[in-house]
Amino acid sequence: MLKKRIIPALLLKDGRMVKGKNFSQFRDVGNPVTAARVYNAQKADELVFLDICPTRESRQVVCHIIEEAACECFMPLTVGGGISSCEDIKDFLDIGADKVAINSAAVRNPELIREGAEMFGDQCIVVSVDYKTRSDGTRRVYIDSGKTEVDLDPWEHIQRCTALGAGEIMLTSIDHEGMMQGYDMDFIAMVSGMIDVPLIANGGAGRLEDFKQVLAETRASAVAASSIFHFTDQSPIKTRFFLSNNGVNVRV
Amino acid sequence: MPGLAAALNEGWHNSKYMIAIIDYGMGNKHSVYNALKYIAVDSIITRDAGEISRAERIILPGVGAFGAAMENLRQFGLEDILHEEVIVKGKPFLGICLGMQLLAETGTEKGLFKGLGWIAGDVVKLQPAGTGFKLPHVGWNDIELVRDVGLFKGLKKEKAFYYVHSYAMRPADENDLVATGNYGVDFTAAVLKNNIFATQFHPEKSQKNGLTVLENFVDWRV
Repeated sequence: MLKKRIIPALLLKDGRMVKGKNFSQFRDVGNPVTAARVYNAQKADELVFLDICPTRESRQVVCHIIEEAACECFMPLTVGGGISSCEDIKDFLDIGADKVAINSAAVRNPELIREGAEMFGDQCIVVSVDYKTRSDGTRRVYIDSGKTEVDLDPWEHIQRCTALGAGEIMLTSIDHEGMMQGYDMDFIAMVSGMIDVPLIANGGAGRLEDFKQVLAETRASAVAASSIFHFTDQSPIKTRFFLSNNGVNVRV
Repeated sequence: MPGLAAALNEGWHNSKYMIAIIDYGMGNKHSVYNALKYIAVDSIITRDAGEISRAERIILPGVGAFGAAMENLRQFGLEDILHEEVIVKGKPFLGICLGMQLLAETGTEKGLFKGLGWIAGDVVKLQPAGTGFKLPHVGWNDIELVRDVGLFKGLKKEKAFYYVHSYAMRPADENDLVATGNYGVDFTAAVLKNNIFATQFHPEKSQKNGLTVLENFVDWRV
């Protein structure tokens, strides 16, 4: 049977790896290539690199990081941050990325999803959906690394993206991200139960139990996380042993 | 020393690469190159007849759609070159993912297309029985060996590999089938026929197990 995936997320800013809370208060947490090597040794199932302040200059640095990581990390690599055209997608695939994560462009230019899926295959188009939940319980999509609120319900957005050919959805609750108090279970459960493509649940893991809860109680195909790997002594190895011992089908 | 430079230059042009990775505009050939480099094997990404002819072994990678891939192979003249090197000369060959599916006689992705026809059979969409099986089939899944062949020696006890696909090959001759996977339905994970070996999974993305398969391919004596 297909195994559930454990995906460390590496947030990049000016060539360094950073981590924050709720998409702000970023701290430097090290060299991304070194981290990628460590995650490779710890048998992570995939890696996601996200440039949170994409600029023309940072693009080159990110490309360099991906190139280096791809020489040593023989697992799928996803890269995101400022991807707005098929040329951007091709540039990343050419240097060793297997998939791209599209966030802001999925709102501003949804056709990019269709074009990218047709040109490169839907398997390499991951749409990254960031959202916040308002006090009345309604949810709103955010783009530009959480800086811009969009008058769009994330479920509506996800349905449109999958119809256009998104191969995977990475779902991040900004309210939960970096807080290490667990994932946004209700929405992950709802979305993963409804969509036909794999869902990567992201944002909120603080304990190994949080991974287990998502993977055992929802139909998410994967968990992405970063704070738990940066700020606690948990690693992908410990995670997989814990999950395996708790009946979750992961690589051991 | 112009003489030395010329000699080195000459040597460079005539150098015999261990492996030719076929570049036909489909998918991530650099990952295969990187993985071979990591296990210290010389390879070249090429669609040049001369370079392919000088290589000892051939890898056909690929991610994408069947019809577009066959069209590219023909457009670049690669169908004939590959036939000469693999079928006539019998060089060890490894097809990966789409590079495996193209070996079939027909593909049914977005239309009906003729494949290379090296392996009798067709390529059809995965049809998992039951609910909850999302497509594409993306992620790590175990293989089950149908035949214990040398190309799979040295794998970990857990034979997990990385897959990304919605279609799979159905070999007509069960003797060609060497490994299967299961995703709500059994599907072909690997085929082997004479000097032709092919995997639906991505060895170049499957960490230790994948590198082991690539090492076995490099050491393979047909």
